[in-house]
Amino acid sequence: MAAIEMKHIVKKYGDGFPAVNDVSLDVADGEFMILVGPSGCGKSTLLRMVVGLEDITSGDMVIGGVRVNDKAPRERNLSMVFQNYALYPHLTVFENIAFPLRLAKMDDGEVRRRVNEAADVLELHEHLERKPANLSGGQRQRVAMGRAIVRQAEAFLFDEPLSNLDAKLRGQMRTEISRLQRRLGITTVYVTHDQTEAMTLGDRVCVLRKGKIQQVASPRELYEQPVNLFVAGFIGSPPMNFLPATVDGARLTTPFGTIDLDERRAAAVAGRDLLLVGIRPEYFEDASLVDEAKRPLGTIFRARVDVTEWLGDQQYAYIPYEAPDAIRTQLRDLSKELDAEELRTQAIVSIDSTSRIREGREADFWLDTRKVHVFDPHSGDNLTRDADAGAELTRMATEDRLEQVGEARERSAGAQTGGAQAGGARSGSSRVGAP
Amino acid sequence: MRFLFRPPAAEAAGLLSLPWDQPLEEWDEDLLLEVPQRGISRHVVRFTVSDGKVYALKEISEPLARHEYALLGEFEAEGLPSVTALGICFDRPDDQQAILVTRYLEYSMSYRYLFSGPRAGEPDRLLDTLVQLLVRLHLAGVYWGDCTLSNTLFLPDAGTYTAYLVDAETAERYPTLSVGKRAYDIELARERLGAELMDLQAGELLPAELDPVEIANSLPGRYEALWDEVTREEVFRVDEQAVRVAERLQRLNDLGFDVGEIELVTSPEGARLRVETRVAEPGQHRHELFRLTGLEVQEKQALRLLNDLRSYRAYLEQRTGGLVLEEEAARRWLTDVYQPVVRAVPEDLAGRLEPAEVFHEVLEHRWFLSERAGFDVGTWAAARSYVQNVLPRTPAVLTTPSVIAAHRAAPAETPA
Repeated sequence: MAAIEMKHIVKKYGDGFPAVNDVSLDVADGEFMILVGPSGCGKSTLLRMVVGLEDITSGDMVIGGVRVNDKAPRERNLSMVFQNYALYPHLTVFENIAFPLRLAKMDDGEVRRRVNEAADVLELHEHLERKPANLSGGQRQRVAMGRAIVRQAEAFLFDEPLSNLDAKLRGQMRTEISRLQRRLGITTVYVTHDQTEAMTLGDRVCVLRKGKIQQVASPRELYEQPVNLFVAGFIGSPPMNFLPATVDGARLTTPFGTIDLDERRAAAVAGRDLLLVGIRPEYFEDASLVDEAKRPLGTIFRARVDVTEWLGDQQYAYIPYEAPDAIRTQLRDLSKELDAEELRTQAIVSIDSTSRIREGREADFWLDTRKVHVFDPHSGDNLTRDADAGAELTRMATEDRLEQVGEARERSAGAQTGGAQAGGARSGSSRVGAP
Repeated sequence: MRFLFRPPAAEAAGLLSLPWDQPLEEWDEDLLLEVPQRGISRHVVRFTVSDGKVYALKEISEPLARHEYALLGEFEAEGLPSVTALGICFDRPDDQQAILVTRYLEYSMSYRYLFSGPRAGEPDRLLDTLVQLLVRLHLAGVYWGDCTLSNTLFLPDAGTYTAYLVDAETAERYPTLSVGKRAYDIELARERLGAELMDLQAGELLPAELDPVEIANSLPGRYEALWDEVTREEVFRVDEQAVRVAERLQRLNDLGFDVGEIELVTSPEGARLRVETRVAEPGQHRHELFRLTGLEVQEKQALRLLNDLRSYRAYLEQRTGGLVLEEEAARRWLTDVYQPVVRAVPEDLAGRLEPAEVFHEVLEHRWFLSERAGFDVGTWAAARSYVQNVLPRTPAVLTTPSVIAAHRAAPAETPA
């Protein structure tokens, strides 16, 4: 296992267009790093430069302390997981996992040791001697993971592995991958365009836009302290609402009434003209259901509800608002860039599922003003980001990770001295038949 | 539901009445055709017949179906050996996946048969065929991403084979391929080839003398040798350039490639030769035979048939004592030689080999019989002996699906 260091990586194609533009990123040993962004952001190209599929125009790719720019994919000792899902019907589950090692002519004892170890992690032990036809869908995927594990690669790489699975299997696989990475404590780089995958899997998430890194941080830091409009709009589902606002001292005026900023945030936006306020859906509530003690922490406003969506455990209300043309254009461009469909001049507001707010009627809403961010509509910069608070969130996530990786290594050290179960003789079945 | 078909696809009309709204797994058996000797697929794949033609139907996600449909269309246009896509069906009810429809490659053989059937024991030839396909794709800027025997079909071609790409789901197209992409593609191919052969071995379907590990590990070397042969620049003395250029072109032809353009730069130090190898399969003989007879066959088969046609023309000229036009000779060869031989195949053996391959084998058989007899036995005697003694050894499992379908339509003539 090894750290992956990317130093000023640039990828230019024949036409001179930089698909990846000066990316520097360190993936720590044992860390689960997500590369995320809309299509065309350069995430897959970057991963392919790690693997060795794409030439690097300039910069250094360092894996485990060794510069690998000129090394062939094979020599980098990385595992692209789920590259090969195929299950071979006449081979036992054991041999379905072992075959990459057989091809490398590894001695039988070592093959056995590695496959048994992988089977322990994957809970496939009792199936090792069976044919894959008897496996469930999830178990089949675990066999594919087993192939990656037995190589003892420096790192695992995933290139949108779940994008073609149905929703149910996708959810299952997300859990499996997360569990596996934690148990093995192996350095992992995972490419996705899906922010839910990014948020649920990653220790840290690297958000890319047009070949450039926007922000690298823990999911919570990205969510709570995004650096700019792009990150704020990309992370979170339903997405953050952006309202036009004018500023007077510490007071913002928005289509949903006024918002009073604290001293720090007021100072950050002082002297500005037109601004965008970013409010996550869950910072709203049906005013009639807000606790008296909480009420003074926000403001109340009255608005007409266009549509409500009741989902059982949660409920959303859609509230249209007016915005100046300049802001509309800005938001339309952002939606387009984020591959989002809607034009965001209606706010999506999360309200308690017991709320009786009705479509087409006016209602009072409460808005928690403590966590709103204010953005510069031109540069997109988050003017009110609290870098220290953000760093603290990521530091806490790193601490958790180190603890878990430590536990994983202790476990595997224990397993090796404890002696693995015997099993996994090569099999030759006479059964002939289709899968 | 929506259907996307590439014209000319009049043949698709008959397919439209199929129950596209239902999962493939639940389709009525009467609508489907059982096709033996298939490879390993992670998708639901079914076969159906319409107007005597056989189609493969594969359920995959819409983006993948669109991607594969577009790529296969490009490959066909460029003459790359691949199956051809007819169309896709998407927006099916209940969020079902799309269905990709490809034309079945008639008379093709799967690796399962070739490595384990009566023709096993020529892994070198099969491997070289696979490597030739991979080199052709790489020259065309195609990264396969899943080069396996399961994703390849082999068409007999006058005793050799041509490999066809059957599955382009993971394939990607670039203006040119980076060295890293080629290397990785080969690495994936090596591993999968090994696993597929080990699978055959575990199923006791592989001849004992074949070692999956050795065969698979020989793939990268074979690939590199061929890639070097078709792409390298050569430098030689100016006075030997005529010979060297001719040699190089001959070697490339022997390896199954055509040269599009050659660039020769001479200087006092010597001549530098660069060849631009065509990605399309060579087709000179195929086109010539088609022009003369209307027969559509593989390239080496075409050469074989043309040679026979030419000797028949010589025979006619000798007999009439005058010039016989090529076109006239071709007409007579078709009706007097080729068709009678092909028709000599009895109903119960029909469809096991492509007619042109039968003809090639009859010619081989004629040579064999003549050697033994010490005189030329002639094509007719050879054909009779062939259908009695040789063709029955080609197993019924190889019967091409369209012939199976025809028999099913007329059950009185079901093959044994």
